[in-house]
Amino acid sequence: MPLAWLGMVPFTLFAVLFLILPTMNIVVGAFQTPDGTPTFRNVLNLFQPSILSAYWISIRISVASALAGCLIGFAMAAAITLGGLPQWIRGPLLTFSGVASNFAGVPLAFAFLATLGRLGLVTVILKDWFGINIYGLGFNLLSFWGLTLVYLFFQIPLMILIITPALDGLKKEWREAAEILGASGPQYWRMVALPILLPSLLGTFALLFANAFGAVATAYALTGSSLSIVPIVLFAQIRGDVLQDPHLGYALAFGMIVVTGIANGIYVWLRARTERWTR
Amino acid sequence: MSFLEIEHLEKSFGSVRVVKDFNLPIEKGEFVSLLGPSGCGKTTVLRMVAGFETPSTGSIRIDGRDVVSLRPNQRNIGMVFQSYALFPNLTVAQNVAFGLKVKGVKVADRTARVAEMLRLIGLEGYDDRYPFQLSGGQQQRVALARALAVQPQVLLLDEPLSALDAKIRVSLREEIRDIQRRLAITTIFVTHDQEEALSISDRVVVMNGGVAEQVGQPFEIYNRPSTRFVAEFVGTLNLIEARVLDRDSGRIGIGSREASLGRPLTSDRLTLGIRPEALTLGRAADRDMVLEGRIDDVHFLGSVIRIQATVAGERVMLDTFNRPGTPPPAPGQAAEFSVHPEDLLVLEGERSP
Repeated sequence: MPLAWLGMVPFTLFAVLFLILPTMNIVVGAFQTPDGTPTFRNVLNLFQPSILSAYWISIRISVASALAGCLIGFAMAAAITLGGLPQWIRGPLLTFSGVASNFAGVPLAFAFLATLGRLGLVTVILKDWFGINIYGLGFNLLSFWGLTLVYLFFQIPLMILIITPALDGLKKEWREAAEILGASGPQYWRMVALPILLPSLLGTFALLFANAFGAVATAYALTGSSLSIVPIVLFAQIRGDVLQDPHLGYALAFGMIVVTGIANGIYVWLRARTERWTR
Repeated sequence: MSFLEIEHLEKSFGSVRVVKDFNLPIEKGEFVSLLGPSGCGKTTVLRMVAGFETPSTGSIRIDGRDVVSLRPNQRNIGMVFQSYALFPNLTVAQNVAFGLKVKGVKVADRTARVAEMLRLIGLEGYDDRYPFQLSGGQQQRVALARALAVQPQVLLLDEPLSALDAKIRVSLREEIRDIQRRLAITTIFVTHDQEEALSISDRVVVMNGGVAEQVGQPFEIYNRPSTRFVAEFVGTLNLIEARVLDRDSGRIGIGSREASLGRPLTSDRLTLGIRPEALTLGRAADRDMVLEGRIDDVHFLGSVIRIQATVAGERVMLDTFNRPGTPPPAPGQAAEFSVHPEDLLVLEGERSP
C-alpha cells in the first residue's frame, strides 16, 4: 500500500508545483495590487472595451474552430469507422492525427505563412497559375478566419483521435435493429446514434474550445500582436514591455479560467442531461 | 405454396461459398430452428431473410412476395439479436415503441401497444427503466417485445439465448415458444444448442458447411438422422465399429460377439451409433444384442447415473436412472451391455440405409 502511494508522488508533485500553485498565485494575484493589498481594481479593469473585445474574439475563434474541428473531424472519423473506407487508411490517419494534433506554435505558424501568407507558396500558385488572388478576394491569414483555419490544423486531428473510439463503440446491431424496425438512415442517426454519441461530442467540443482558447504560441507566432486575442493581450502584460501590468495579467488569466470554467460547467450540465441512460 | 419460401439460396463471400443451394419452405405460424456448429451458414441464411446480406443467387418469398430486392426496413420482419441490441439511450417503453414511432403511429395507439407488449412479456411497470437497469433475461424480453410490437410477418431469432445463464435460458425459451404459439407468428430461430432446438421447434434444420443436411421434426432428427454428421452433432452418440459377417441377413460381429440387425446391408464395415439412453447395463430380457465391456468410470448425478465404459475397444457412455435399491457399478469391473437392434443407428459410409 505505501508503495502504491509512492507511485502517485512524482506526477502529484508536478501538478502541485506547476499547475495548482501557479493557478492559486494567479487567482490571488488578480485580487491584489503590486504591493499586496487586496483590490477588485484588476478585475474591474477587465471591463474595458479593448479587453472585452479581446475576450469576445477569443471566444468566437475558439467556438468557430471547435465547431468546425468537430464537424470535419467527425466526418473523417465516421468515414474510417462506419464509411467502409479501406482498412489500411485507418492506421496512417490515426498516427498522422496523433502527430498533427500536437503540431502548434512557431512551426505551425511558419507552415501556414509559407503556404497561405501573402507570398506563400499556395497563394502564389493560385495567383500565377489559376489567376485566383485569395487576398484580393478578402482572405487574410492574420485575421479571425485565418487564425481559425490555422487552429483547425490541430483541432481536426484531435477530434478524430477522440471520437474514433466512440464511433467504434456504436454497435452494428443497433443500426440493424433500427433498420429492421423500419427506421431510415437519418432516423437511426437522429434517434439512436447521435444521442448515444452526444456525451462524447460535447466532451470533445469542450476540449477543443479550451484547446483553442488557451493557445498562445501559435497565435503569437502567426499574428504577432496584430490580432488581439486574450492570450496575446495577456502575454503583452507580463513579458515586460511598456504595457507591463502583471496584476492586470493575473486578472486576464483569472478571466480565462472563469470563461473555461463556465464552458466546462455548461458541458458538465449538458452531459448529465444527455447521459441519464448510462451507469 | 408455403408462407415463407426459401429456394436455391446461395451466398459467397469472395471465393468462399458459405450457403449452398439452401431450400426451406416454412408454413404460417411454424417455428423452425436452424441448428449447426459455428460457421455452418445458419446466421448467414437468417441475415439474408432479414435483408442484411444479399444472396448471391436464389429467392426468398414471404406470403408470395419476393423480398430479395427489398431493404430490411421494407420487409416487415421482426428480429431479436444475441446481444439484445436494445437502444441504451431509450427507456423500455421507448425501445418497444421505436418501430411504431418511425412508422408514424399515433402516440395514443403507441402507448396502448407498448402496454400490451409489456404485459405479454411480463414486464409491466418497467416502462421508464433504461436497459442498463435490467438483467440480461429482462433485456432480451424487451427486445422480443420491441420486435413484436410492429406486428411483423416473420420473427427472426438470432441465438437470442446464448448470452444468458443456463437457468434463464430454459425459462426464456419456454416463454418465447409460448408467445410464438399465442401470436401464431412464423419464426426462424438460429442456435448452436441442440437441446434448445429440439425442445421448442416444430421442425429443425441441421446445417453443416452451408448445406441443410436434414430437415425434420425434432423426434425424427434425433432418432432417424439421415447423415453421419446429423447423428453425431445432435445428441450424444456412442460409435462402435462393426464387421459385416453376412450382408443379406444383416449379421454383424462386434468384438467377440455376433448379432443380427435383421435387415440387408450394403457394405462390409459399418459404424453403429447408440444413444446413451438406448444402452442398458446388464442383460435385458427384451433386448437381444449383448455386448461385453468394462466399466471405466461412474458419475452419480442424482436422478441419473452416467457410466463410462469400454465396449469393443471404443469408449461409450450410458445413462441409467437411479434406483435406491441398486447401487451403481464399481469402476474396473467387467460388465455386459444390451441394446435393442431397432435403437441402433447404422452408419454405412456417408448415409444410413
